[in-house]
Amino acid sequence: MIGPEEGVMQSRAQAMAAILELMTDQPLIVCNGFPSREACKLRDRDQNFYMIGSMGATAGIGLGLALARPGKTVVVFDGDGNVLMSLGTLATIGALKPKNLIHVVFDNEVYGTTGNQPTYSRVVGLDKMAKAAGYLNVERVWEREDIVYEFKSMLGEEGPSFLLVKVNEQLEEADRIALAPAELTKRFKGSVS
Amino acid sequence: MAMLEADDFVKGLQGIGFDFFTGVPDTILGGIIAHLTEERLYTPAVREDEAVAMAAGAYLGGKIPAVLMQNSGLGNALNVLASLNLIYQIPCLLLVSWRGFEGKDAPEHLVMGETMTKLLDTVRIPHRTLSGETIVEDLQWTAKTFMEKRIPVALLLKKGIVKTIQP
Repeated sequence: MIGPEEGVMQSRAQAMAAILELMTDQPLIVCNGFPSREACKLRDRDQNFYMIGSMGATAGIGLGLALARPGKTVVVFDGDGNVLMSLGTLATIGALKPKNLIHVVFDNEVYGTTGNQPTYSRVVGLDKMAKAAGYLNVERVWEREDIVYEFKSMLGEEGPSFLLVKVNEQLEEADRIALAPAELTKRFKGSVS
Repeated sequence: MAMLEADDFVKGLQGIGFDFFTGVPDTILGGIIAHLTEERLYTPAVREDEAVAMAAGAYLGGKIPAVLMQNSGLGNALNVLASLNLIYQIPCLLLVSWRGFEGKDAPEHLVMGETMTKLLDTVRIPHRTLSGETIVEDLQWTAKTFMEKRIPVALLLKKGIVKTIQP
């Protein structure tokens, strides 16, 4: 596997911003830790559901929503640590094949929120695992133009889709989510009904 | 008291609004899962925490979800229940089979069998043990607690209450 040249790689916030710009009214589930804080800072919207705990549950929540609302394209922002914690969910999604699910994984190869302890995604290809599990569209991207191109394609394709975005370890300064969890539930539920 | 038929029990759950079913199997729940599968109402999960997460997503999408699991699975599901459902006020019905009830089961079920209700009390998940005699009240309590508290509620299912597929 050949990685990008030093400096080509995006920060997660940069990659996230590129995808958030392409989104319209799609519901979005964002994993716990800094990803939720960054997404909230970059483009807060009623259709964003920010997790503050329950690490590993991101894709499961997205899957449940996708099954409940087959008419809506559900987007999940996940991390490598989260995916590794619930690898079984790749199998569940690969087997059930919800057409309306786009699973984006920002892979910085570390547990970034807790001090950059390495994850196994440096040596275990999460995209290969998603492909083996049965996701229909699987791509691995580094650069902004590829992120934009592949995410746009996935918005128009039948899923489940898996976009592995290799990012660097840089964290965006971002505050904790200001809304109380129960308020997030109300806001999000109202936006998808 | 005769055992409840699985399809009557499912009808009872549907009658109080439940329309999304997921979970991980147990022998006590076998009859219910078989019927739900036949009716294309059941989405299998691979772990109990994944099932609770799926149910949460379904709730956010407008469904009234139920999660079926053996009580051993409560251990797996505990973090999602504590750090998602209970703080976000995302309800679901936990239909939990009570393995290890009164110490009469295989060794792996004895600790959870004895401590399950204390565990549920500790994390403040309301629970009630289903019985054939009180099924109507049990279901009314489930619906009321679910709607009022907007948190997970557990119905505990001992062996021999609802018919299953294995004797």
